[in-house]
Formats: sequence, structure tokens, C-alpha cells
Amino acid sequence: MTALTTSPATEAGLIPSAQMQPRGASFLTATGQAARRTLLQYLRTPQLIVLPTVTSVLFLFMFRYIFGGAITTGTRGIDYVDFLIPGFVATAILWTGMSATSGVAEDALSGVHDRLRSLPIPRASVLAGRSLADTALITWTLLVNLGLGYAVGFRAHAGFGSVVLAFGVMLVASLAFSWVFISVGLWAGNAQAAQGMATLWVVPLTFVSSAYVPVHSMPGWMQAFAKNQPVTAVINASRSLMLGGSQAAGVGHSTSYWVVIALAASVGILVVFGGIAVARFARTR
Amino acid sequence: MTPIIEAHGITKRYGKVEALAGLELVAEPGRVTALLGPNGAGKTTFVNSVATLVRPDAGELRVAGIDVFGEPKKVRQVIGLAGQFASVEPAMTGRENLDFVARLFGLDRRAARTATEEVLERIGLADAGDRLVRTYSGGMRRRLDLGASLVGRPRLLLLDEPTTGLDPRSRRELWDAIRNLVADGVDVLLTTQYLEEADQLARDVVIVDHGRVIDAGTPDELKDRSGRDVIEVRPRSAGDLPVVEEVLASVGCEPPQTDIDTQRVTVGVVGGADELATVAGVLHDRGVALDDIGLRRPSLDEVFLSLTGQPLAPDDPQDPEPTADAARPLESE
Repeated sequence: MTALTTSPATEAGLIPSAQMQPRGASFLTATGQAARRTLLQYLRTPQLIVLPTVTSVLFLFMFRYIFGGAITTGTRGIDYVDFLIPGFVATAILWTGMSATSGVAEDALSGVHDRLRSLPIPRASVLAGRSLADTALITWTLLVNLGLGYAVGFRAHAGFGSVVLAFGVMLVASLAFSWVFISVGLWAGNAQAAQGMATLWVVPLTFVSSAYVPVHSMPGWMQAFAKNQPVTAVINASRSLMLGGSQAAGVGHSTSYWVVIALAASVGILVVFGGIAVARFARTR
Repeated sequence: MTPIIEAHGITKRYGKVEALAGLELVAEPGRVTALLGPNGAGKTTFVNSVATLVRPDAGELRVAGIDVFGEPKKVRQVIGLAGQFASVEPAMTGRENLDFVARLFGLDRRAARTATEEVLERIGLADAGDRLVRTYSGGMRRRLDLGASLVGRPRLLLLDEPTTGLDPRSRRELWDAIRNLVADGVDVLLTTQYLEEADQLARDVVIVDHGRVIDAGTPDELKDRSGRDVIEVRPRSAGDLPVVEEVLASVGCEPPQTDIDTQRVTVGVVGGADELATVAGVLHDRGVALDDIGLRRPSLDEVFLSLTGQPLAPDDPQDPEPTADAARPLESE
């Protein structure tokens, strides 16, 4: 390093000596910076926030007022609106989270990821920040959607604490699913393909679930999927918590059963897709 | 002094495409080194290898003495990369963009702020620093991107086709910015397919084609070594162009090139002065009136032609190819 201290660059003060050379941000700092960047994108590109909200309203009106009249919940004492809203809010995790795929694909294609990978930071932090920011956006949408639910007549039958708990379960699921969307975005190659690939599995996961209609109204082969997929677990846990017990919500197993299944499924998704996404991002080509 | 870049026998294969075929390069510190070559020559693959984004199949690569494959993390502490696209965030201001990268380099809040202001000044964006980047022109974005690669105070700046797609004025502004950096002693490796750019900015030019180095030296050395001069003739009347071509063809090393717009015919020759006298005599005898005739040194373009037997990519900054190196499949492997 003696050569360095005598170079003209050091004399000009542009290049600090070896000791002062920046060593790179810590995982936390880098995650925070990456999250901030994505949040600013959302806040300063209003259509990214407004569009999912408008879509939510359309969906809600469709099911509440168009299909709703023809759907029976099959559970005594539960109006369709009370059945629908927990499912409607929970599926917004996927409908809103989807937008991350095109954002991630754009960053990959536009050279942003190349720049970030050339920096002295833990590479996983870039994606962790993205995931946190996306979870924040989803949280916002969940709150708005719950508010919309109340506006069209939904009432939680359980106490405030249970609603908060239901929200907690949905947040964990949001965090988990954000890694699925990040993975899809990293593999897709371009923003449009990313959006298409996300839709491809978001539609079956949300519609073939207990979100909008009771699962027992579906054909048997479809029930097999609908009953055993993670989105249904999250919906049933939320519904059960919000409507004051599994009996009232008509979800078969106990509330704690669904909560445990929902959390376990989320953790599983988080681990698997977190691993896939980080491996994909950190690889050298 | 330790070379800033030392590459030996670098190979990289993508399927059937051999992007790098045993590339050898030693870049001395304190100067700009330009990698000059057509699309698909392997320039980007090499830059990405130095930037720790691409792992070559074989070879040795050191940056400031650090083994790139063994200690990529250390390499990332001393490099700054500006890729082919301006990878700045449109939804953030210029200031925020620089601050973002500075923080990622590990500068604390205050140091990041100082570095950001310094760099904004240096790249001439101090006044536009608080505007969202989505309101910037293409040239401003490129300059900001250059600034982002600089804010971590790298020892080595990697610029991959920094002016591709810019209009001539923005190109000149970016060149000025790069020259300022060089004056401050940052080492630069830049890739370009524009000969003028290499000529303007670089002390050392490395000509690459098909993943290997064809020749290297200062622009002057390369021109000397090609051993040729160029005879350039401009007849007064366009009608005489065929005669001029015929005469030049008889003395040239390869077929003469005619530029219809400027009415000039050029040809590379060995033993310039004698051939020039011959050409002048013959044209005089055949009654061709001339506006201009002269002997000049070859451009790097002509050097490339004489080295490879084929012209470099069309030197047209107005019509860039944003997909750049064909040897860099984006997500295809």
C-alpha cells in the first residue's frame, strides 16, 4: 500500500488512504437503504398505489353485489359479506404483492442489480429491503381493504384483539409471499413476462381457495387442492379469528389449528423462496 | 507499481459463444485504458468479470493486486461500476441517488452527504440535484450514473460504453467529466466502440475482437505500428471520383473508401510520401482538378481495419445498439 500513499490521487485528496477506504454497508444499513428506495418508488409513483386499490374496489363490488346474492355461505348465521371480507382482505396479499414481480424484473434488466452486486454489501440485503418495502405496501392495502369491507357492511364478530391477531397472520404471510414474487421477478427476464408469470399462479391460488365461495361448493378434485393450499390456511385463520371462532366461521378445524398451519406454511415459503431468490441474485454468471 | 488490472488467459464461454478467448491485459495505474472493439468482442464480459459479476471459466485476474476470484468482496471495495444503462432510480432525486450508493459503500450519514455534494459538483448536476431523475435528460442520467460509480471513492472506475446512445453534445459533456476524474488520478477502464472516444480519452488502447486482444498501445503507437499512412484526395468535380478511385486503388493496401457526402476518397498506403507524389502526378496527367490532396495518419478506425481486415462497428452515436455485446446473454444460460 506504500505505492498508494505516494500516488498523485492520494495527494489530491480524492482517494482516501487504505484505512479510510469505505468497507461497505452492514446488512441492516443496506437492507434499510434498499427498502427506502422501493418505498420512494411507490410513494412517488402514485399509480403503483392507486391501481391496486381501485382493483380491490372493483373486486369487492363484484363479489359483494354481483355474485354475492347467488352464493350461500353454508354456515348458519354468517352473511356472505362477513364470509367474504376476511378472504377478500387475505387474497389482497397476492393481488397487491404481484406488482413486485415487474419491479424486480425491471431492476434486473435495467442494470440496477448489476450495480448493486458490484457494491461491497451483503447481496441478500438488496432483496431483504425489497421484501420489507413490499410488505409495507401490502400492509397498507390490507388496511384499506378492511376499511372498504366495513363500508359495505362487514362487521367483525370477535374483539379487536382477534382482528389484530388475524392481521398479524396476514403480515407474516405477506412477508413470505413477497419472496415468491421476488423469485418470479428475478427469473422472468422482463417486466411483462414477470407480470404474466405471477398472474399464472396467483389466479388459481386465490380463486381455488376458500376466499370467495365455500370450498364444499367446488367439485371434489378441486376441493382437494382448495382445502390444502397455503392461501386457504391464511384465509381460514383470518376468518376464524375475525368471526369469533371456527364454529362461527365454518372452517372445520379449530382457530389455533388454522393459525399454526398458516404460520408454518408461511415460514416454509419464506425459507424455500428466500433461498431461491438469494441464490439467483447472488450468483455470478 | 502494482498494475490496477492484471488479466491472464481469461476465458469465458456461454454455450457455443466464446465471449473471452484467453484475454491478456495489464492496465497501469494513473491512466485511462480503453477496450476498443465491435459488438460481441467480449468487452462487457470482461468488465463484468472485473466487477465480480461474471466468473470466467479460466484465467487469472487481479485488481490492484487483489485476486478477483479469491477475494471478490475486497475487489468490490475498490471499484465503481457504471454499466451500459443508466442504472439510476427515476423516482429519486439526483442527490438521493448518490446518497443511496454512498451509504451502501458504508459511508455514514455525514460522510455520504459530503461525498454526494462533491460528486454533484464534479459532474455538473449541483443545480439539478433536488429534481427527480425522471425529469432528467438522457445525458444527465448518464452523468448521474457516472457520479454514482464515483461516490464510493473507488480506485478503479469501470465504464461500460459510457456514451452509447447519447447525442454529440452530451457525449462531449460526459467526456469532460471523465477527463476531470482522470486529472484527479482515478484509474479508469472504459469500453467503447467509438474510436473517437478512445482517441479522446485513453492513454492506452486495447483492441479486442472475438474475445482476445489483437493489439495494444497508445493511440499513436497503434497508428505507427499499423505502418500505414492514409492518402486522402478530394477532386473538384464529383464526376472525377471514379478516376480518383481507380488511381488510388493502384497504390493502396486495400480498396479505397469513398465518402460521397464530403467527396473524399481515402486509401491506406505503405511508404506514404512516395506514393503521394505518384498519385499527384498521375492525377495531374489525367487532367483531374483537385481541391485537396494530402497524406495523414490513419484513424483508429483504419488501424482496426488493417489489423482485422474488417471495419469496426459503424461509428454512429445516433444509432446505438442498446443490447450491446451479443456475447452477453441476459438471462439465457
